[in-house]
Amino acid sequence: MTMLGPLGFTAPWLLLGLVALPLLWWLLRATPPAPIRRRFPGVALLLGLADEMVQAERTPWWLLALRMLVLAAAILGFAGPILHPEPVVPGRGPLLIVEDGSWASAADWPRRIERLTRALTEASAAGRPVALISLADPPPAAPPFTEAADLIDTLPGVQPKPWEPSIDLDPAKLLPAGRYDTLWLSDGLDRASRAPLVKAVQAHGTLKVWQPAVPVLALGSASVDGTKLKLPLSASAPVSRTFEIAALGADPSGLERELARQPVTLKDAAQAEAIFDLPPELRNRITRFEIAGLRSAGAVSLTDDAQKRRKVALISASSAREGLELLAPTHYLHQALAPSADLVEATLADALPVKPDVIILADVGEVAERTELQDWVEKGGMLIRFAGPRLAAVDTSADPLLPVRLRQGGRSIGGTMSWGEPRKLAPFAETSPFAGLTVPDEVTVREQVLAEPDPDLGARTIAALADGTPLVTRKTMGQGAVVLFHVTANAEWSNLPLSGLFPQMLERLSVSARPAAPTAEDLAGQTFTPLKRLDGFGLLIATEAEAGVKGEDLAEGPPGPDLPPGLYGTEDQVLALNTLPRGRQLAPALWPAGVAIEGEAAPKQMPLAGFALAAALVALLLDILATLALSGRLRGPRAAAVIALAVALMPSPPQAETMSEARAIEAASNVVFAYVPTGDGAIDQVSMAGLRGLSQTLTRRTTVEPSEPMQLDLETDDLALFTLIYWPVTETSPTPSPAAYVKLNRYLRGGGMILFDTRDADLAGMGAATETGRRLQALAAPLDIPPLEPLPRDHVLTRSFYLLQTMPGRYDGPIWVEAAPADAEQAEGMPFRNLNDGVTPVVIGGNDWASAWAVDDVGQPMFPIGRGQAGERQREIADRFGVNLVMHVLTGNYKSDQVHVPALLERLGQ
Amino acid sequence: MSEALPDEAARDLRRAAEAEAAALPALLIAAEHLANTVQMGGHGRRRAGAGEEFWQYRPAHSGDAARFVDWRRSARSDSQFVRDREAQLAQSLCLWVDPAASMRFSGAETGRKARPEKLARARLLALALAISALRAGERVGLTSPLAPPRPGKAQLLTLAQALMAETSGLDYAAPDLTAVAPQARVVVLSDFFADPAGLEAALLGAAERGVSGVLLQVLDPAEEDFPYDGRTVFTSMAGGLRFETREAGDLRARYRARLAERRDRIARIADRAGFAFSSHHTGAPAQTALLWLHGALAGGWR
Repeated sequence: MTMLGPLGFTAPWLLLGLVALPLLWWLLRATPPAPIRRRFPGVALLLGLADEMVQAERTPWWLLALRMLVLAAAILGFAGPILHPEPVVPGRGPLLIVEDGSWASAADWPRRIERLTRALTEASAAGRPVALISLADPPPAAPPFTEAADLIDTLPGVQPKPWEPSIDLDPAKLLPAGRYDTLWLSDGLDRASRAPLVKAVQAHGTLKVWQPAVPVLALGSASVDGTKLKLPLSASAPVSRTFEIAALGADPSGLERELARQPVTLKDAAQAEAIFDLPPELRNRITRFEIAGLRSAGAVSLTDDAQKRRKVALISASSAREGLELLAPTHYLHQALAPSADLVEATLADALPVKPDVIILADVGEVAERTELQDWVEKGGMLIRFAGPRLAAVDTSADPLLPVRLRQGGRSIGGTMSWGEPRKLAPFAETSPFAGLTVPDEVTVREQVLAEPDPDLGARTIAALADGTPLVTRKTMGQGAVVLFHVTANAEWSNLPLSGLFPQMLERLSVSARPAAPTAEDLAGQTFTPLKRLDGFGLLIATEAEAGVKGEDLAEGPPGPDLPPGLYGTEDQVLALNTLPRGRQLAPALWPAGVAIEGEAAPKQMPLAGFALAAALVALLLDILATLALSGRLRGPRAAAVIALAVALMPSPPQAETMSEARAIEAASNVVFAYVPTGDGAIDQVSMAGLRGLSQTLTRRTTVEPSEPMQLDLETDDLALFTLIYWPVTETSPTPSPAAYVKLNRYLRGGGMILFDTRDADLAGMGAATETGRRLQALAAPLDIPPLEPLPRDHVLTRSFYLLQTMPGRYDGPIWVEAAPADAEQAEGMPFRNLNDGVTPVVIGGNDWASAWAVDDVGQPMFPIGRGQAGERQREIADRFGVNLVMHVLTGNYKSDQVHVPALLERLGQ
Repeated sequence: MSEALPDEAARDLRRAAEAEAAALPALLIAAEHLANTVQMGGHGRRRAGAGEEFWQYRPAHSGDAARFVDWRRSARSDSQFVRDREAQLAQSLCLWVDPAASMRFSGAETGRKARPEKLARARLLALALAISALRAGERVGLTSPLAPPRPGKAQLLTLAQALMAETSGLDYAAPDLTAVAPQARVVVLSDFFADPAGLEAALLGAAERGVSGVLLQVLDPAEEDFPYDGRTVFTSMAGGLRFETREAGDLRARYRARLAERRDRIARIADRAGFAFSSHHTGAPAQTALLWLHGALAGGWR
């Protein structure tokens, strides 16, 4: 390759052709454009006239220049110019490709694959055997060298992992023996395992590194500071840029959407913090944070219970006596919960409407709003009750809001009047949510309420005293649960509220939020099952029956193959394991001197041959036009064609975003049908003709006299103006934009009707067996379509104008309408059910109705249907179906109301 | 003529011409100098003479043969009466269609707006005129001695065949009117691109014999508008003339001036010889030209 500055040429000798250009100049100049020969009788009159202008004698200079440009561009193009060519030094011997394969690689994964493919192609061309190692997913043994072409096929299977390569990679195990060169696709992050591996690789041959120039970005775990959420953003090298952090979560309808967005500016720094100050309702919805526009597991930070602030209602029966704060039943609860929860202290009647997550009743005997509270629990609330003198005093045998039946009175164990010692707590059972918590020795219980013996008692006990009597019992109710502490919430009956165990227990019950960084001790003894897993690109993937993970591992270990980042959960709590381990400092990878680093910073090589040849072609076309114009051939239709072409090639101005007023008035001034264009001109014509035929039929037979049908533009038209929308579905039907779907849904809710027609005789039975069936499913998925059923025999569509049994078009298949409510009953004395409510918003079928309705300009049917007389009969029935359909849209269930006629007549008769 | 099967082209031409002529009333050509012609025809001269229609009864006088006496009239009075008939005569119409190569030009031979060749249009007009004249009982023929004027429908086929057969290898041609009978009417259809001297001689010679008629210049719109640009070599239809220009568009104005001048010249010649003159474009419908021809022949001088 020859280099000319940043330009290289693959075939530089061809450039010699440029020398010939002056010769061409001379040749072209000598030859004027060829004349046109015309036979013309009037030549007799022309004889003797002399030319006044001599312009066309020689080719004009600008045309010459244009032609030279054509030739020069062609010569340049064939010489194979390449901008910033990458010097190719063909290597020899085997090649080892090492890919870090971590989350940091995901952001620019396509470029990595491209580089990999290039390396493999080059190796394949040079006949070098290649081995590929992904460090994040290390092979069990050193991979053998194979054909590079085979490896290209396996590239789609190589995906980045959401974790970093393990720290203790053993180079000896990983690397093949022998001499070979190495190409290392680095993710740009420094880590401890890199240096030994580099050394080992260099011992085998030369090392070449490919590493992107941009620093790696990652989000840490969010932490709570008062009402604010803090989110650390770290970069592997100081940068100066503003990033946007998006908080995503479920909106009230359960769809995931962006809830908040916060810009974070890094000013030549590697660390920054995004601070979200959101209302608790919004904050509790957040499920993850993302760096906007970055596809990598590191750019995603999942949230869990630790970031949620629960609303806890604290309710005690008596207002504390003044000055006796420490004796107040709720004092310790208040102390334990205040840092991590929003407390509501009010009466139960006031607390219920604010929808708390947890209600704590401290020594409340009789609950006045029992049914309301029960409803609230069954809908997912958590009710925690504490015992006390009042609870012990009342008869609770009929109270459903207690997990166990209580014996009236309670017992005193270690009081002055008893012989026994205060009891200690038994270690928590494996199945208990408190499993793994250490029971401090000093916790003792002096008094408690006792549960009546019951078969369920053992199962409901989640904490017990050393003698086996239940201390904490729990019962699930609906989606919620009721938990009873058999002691008081203050220090009166036990010193449990004084111990560190008390907040831990509350936390395990998800009453209070966990500290953001759980320690191994916090999670000890629990088994977490993976709920969702992050992939390398930061997408959450549902998991399927994966083995549980020990809490200790979850607290300690950095993510790895055995512990993929994602959401882990127990019955009561959810824990997020983020890609970026706590305390991981990102640093740029440093390579020993002498290692060739090929970065993305260098401009990409760019072959220019295509551009040069295209320029030559364009200039050639211009030359044709210019020559035509010069010799007088560019006249009349030719000139018109050229201008039309030029106009067509101009970028068209953006179309109006809203419906034009004239069109809206036209659509609104009468009943107008519309069809959705399919992009296939023939089908659109049939739809138009079909709706026109239907309009004519209606005009002839009914008082409905529709105007000319319209082709719908889903993006701009106001759908509310159209009575009926006919939507033929083809394999290639375009998908409307989300905005159009919003409009369609509004249209359907507002009483509009869409007639879907797959035009395939319903071969698929509304399944996905045909292309159109699949397309229909894809098109209709975002629509609010109620449950459907095949048209029942007594549907109002069968009698809204004509009495019909079938709804044929060109074909006679079943059609689907909105399902009748389950409780629809047959009206008395009537052959049909009482289906008074709801016009079906969609009718779906494959009968190709438009073809049956279609008429040409003179009102003749456009398509044959069936055979002979029977076919004409079918067309008639199809027309009748159209009439019935429009009547159904326009009059709703008027005909269904006829079921009441006997009753009305009877009443009138009296 | 009916036994001889006419060739296809002649039949086509006649069919087209009959279609054109059907739209016109029967053409009665004004006969000017009735007395001098002896041929019977449909033109009543409002005086006694040879003919078929009754004109007047007049008293018989010496010299009238007894067989001319109308006995039925004479029986009503004492004297004898002779039944006079109105003198009638037929006009001769001679057609000349320019057979030169220049007439075989069409500015747009194909395409949506295709135009016929000038020759085709001229033949069509000639034959249409012949049909309406024949219907009126006139005698129609060509100027050449090949097809002298004759009445009757059979003459039509003869005319059509003679018109189709008449072609010339020359670029331009002038009419030869020496064989035209005196007092006949002549219709000349040509583009008049030939040297006007020939035309002038022929017309003046004919005028001396009392021949009058019409000249119709049949042109293609391209010949009128000269819609050409750029470097062009123009050749005549037979290739006899050649003219090269570097910028045809520049010549447009001067060409049209020359064309107007030529037309002026022809008009002056026609005026002197007592002929009517007009132009017709093949882009326009043939009907207008036929109407003009009809008017010019029926109304005398224009």
